[in-house]
Amino acid sequence: MPRTILDPKILRSLVPALSFAVLLGAIFYVQPRTMSYFGLNLMLNLALPIAFATIAQMFILTVNDLDLSIGSFVSLVACITATWLNEAPLLGVVALLGCIAAYAALGALIHLRNLPSIVVTLGMSFVWSGCAILLLPSPGGSAPDWLSGLVKFRMPFIPFSILASLILGLIVHFALMRSATGAVLRGSGGNPQAVERAGWSLLKTKVTMYALAGFFGVMSGMILVGTTTSADANIALRYTLFSIAGVILGGGEFTGGRVSPIGAILGALTLALVGSLLSFLRISPEWQIGAQGIILIVVLALRSLVNRLEERQA
Amino acid sequence: MTTKRSAAGLAGLARSAPWLFSFVGALVIFAVTLAANNWSGAGQIITAALSFGAFYAIVGIGQMFVITTGPGNIDLSVPATIALAGAIAMTTMGGSDAMILPGLAAAIAAGFLIGSFNYLLIWLLRIPPIIATLSSSFIVQSLAIVYGRGLRIAPPPFLAEIATGRVLGVPILAIVTILLAVVMAVVLHRSVYGRSVTAIGQNINAADLAGVRVGTMRFATYALSACFAAFCGVMLAAFSGGASLNMGEEYLLASIAVVVIGGTSVAGGFSNVSGIWGAALFLYLLITMLNTLGVGAGLRQIFTGVIIVAVITLAGGRKKGRG
Repeated sequence: MPRTILDPKILRSLVPALSFAVLLGAIFYVQPRTMSYFGLNLMLNLALPIAFATIAQMFILTVNDLDLSIGSFVSLVACITATWLNEAPLLGVVALLGCIAAYAALGALIHLRNLPSIVVTLGMSFVWSGCAILLLPSPGGSAPDWLSGLVKFRMPFIPFSILASLILGLIVHFALMRSATGAVLRGSGGNPQAVERAGWSLLKTKVTMYALAGFFGVMSGMILVGTTTSADANIALRYTLFSIAGVILGGGEFTGGRVSPIGAILGALTLALVGSLLSFLRISPEWQIGAQGIILIVVLALRSLVNRLEERQA
Repeated sequence: MTTKRSAAGLAGLARSAPWLFSFVGALVIFAVTLAANNWSGAGQIITAALSFGAFYAIVGIGQMFVITTGPGNIDLSVPATIALAGAIAMTTMGGSDAMILPGLAAAIAAGFLIGSFNYLLIWLLRIPPIIATLSSSFIVQSLAIVYGRGLRIAPPPFLAEIATGRVLGVPILAIVTILLAVVMAVVLHRSVYGRSVTAIGQNINAADLAGVRVGTMRFATYALSACFAAFCGVMLAAFSGGASLNMGEEYLLASIAVVVIGGTSVAGGFSNVSGIWGAALFLYLLITMLNTLGVGAGLRQIFTGVIIVAVITLAGGRKKGRG
């Protein structure tokens, strides 16, 4: 059978890109002034940390787990960045490395004791929030100069947030989807028994994936502080739900190691742009989260349609 | 040798009476709190624990039925449902005793609709329940914000009396919730519905082949969970003198935590109701203890989180099915 545009595999990977394009097109149509360097930069600046958090969540979803603590983790990282990393850089770096190590340890604990990730990360979300409150009881702190300088860096022609998202997507795509190691890592979500029989350690893959999630969580928090220049203990709590929705929007499956890094980033940007579109349409911000829910359902409905098409062809 | 035997004994106990640990934990924490309090105020602490524990228990029971139906089944729309149902009930009642029943009915009906919508998404789009309830909770949250905008209507006096009053020192709401727990325990262990839910959680294909109406039972479970969340929303609004938008926030974590601490398997197919009450008391007493010991907000959260992780680590991951 020729690979036409109706091939379900191509259709499925097109859904995230199409929904992003439709949304961006709608924004350009409603408010043509956004079709500029500054317009795009303004809209997408706050989307960049969400994209990083979504990639973190994607690593966890790849091994059939779910992280309900990424929002509070990013908040804690933001608090560390705005306080220790700024005042005592060495202490800050050690603390952030400790955060990544803690994530890796969680992966080991979950694997060794065969624990449900949902409950463990739920408990950890209290721990991260508690640490963040201890560190920064009231909103404040300030971003290290080099960090805000980096995030606010004005690239010629193309906004930093777009370039960074693009590079992030490509790096993770090639590392996870195209490399031999990436195939093993995804395989441990798709068929753990087979990967183990083939001689790979499931413990190692789980720890790797959790450490990667911790690393991208740290990146997300640092970029967030670079943009907002200060932090508070609740700054990123909504990232937990955003990141799950972003991965799913981007074509990731809930189980079986089927994920798409580029799709996940497009999913995160789509969710972030919904708010802009609504405000350009003068719809009150109260409907923003509802509109995100509706878009999520519409995209999932589209995908379910594609899947049924595939079944009929098979 | 003895440690090995006692460990085996503990494991056996965990299998035969999984609810026991949450009650033992609650008792231990209660004793520590009393000791820190110079052995006074026991009555007050118990009363408060029963009132606040009742809210945890109501949402916990609904969530338990959902979790029992198998891995991946969790209702994330609980907080949004609590907020919307509370607002609907307070508006419908308008502070008048005569409107209590219509208001309660409207709130429960809203819960039923939300639960039905959740299952419609799961069934129609064939998506994991977590994603379905997540998407619908976004919409419900918006509805609650729009509907409850700037609204602060006091609950009818009689309903407020039920939510906050006591009979012989025992909170009325706690008595109602204990009765509810007894009824739901019978439903879980003795009714066709409860047995079907457990069977689905152990092996959905086997249950289907054995003639269990899987679709209907799962639909009923999501509707039930949302109705319980709605009831919790009404009582919470009555308890705190009116509905507020963020009153459901802590109940997402709490509803899952009480189910797991109560000894229900997160993998599904193995659950009990009484453990939920033990876990609800445990959670509230834990917060009271940390308050009594003068622990600040940050450390309190850290302790709560560490204890949840410790409990699940000790309980261990139960393999799916009978094993």
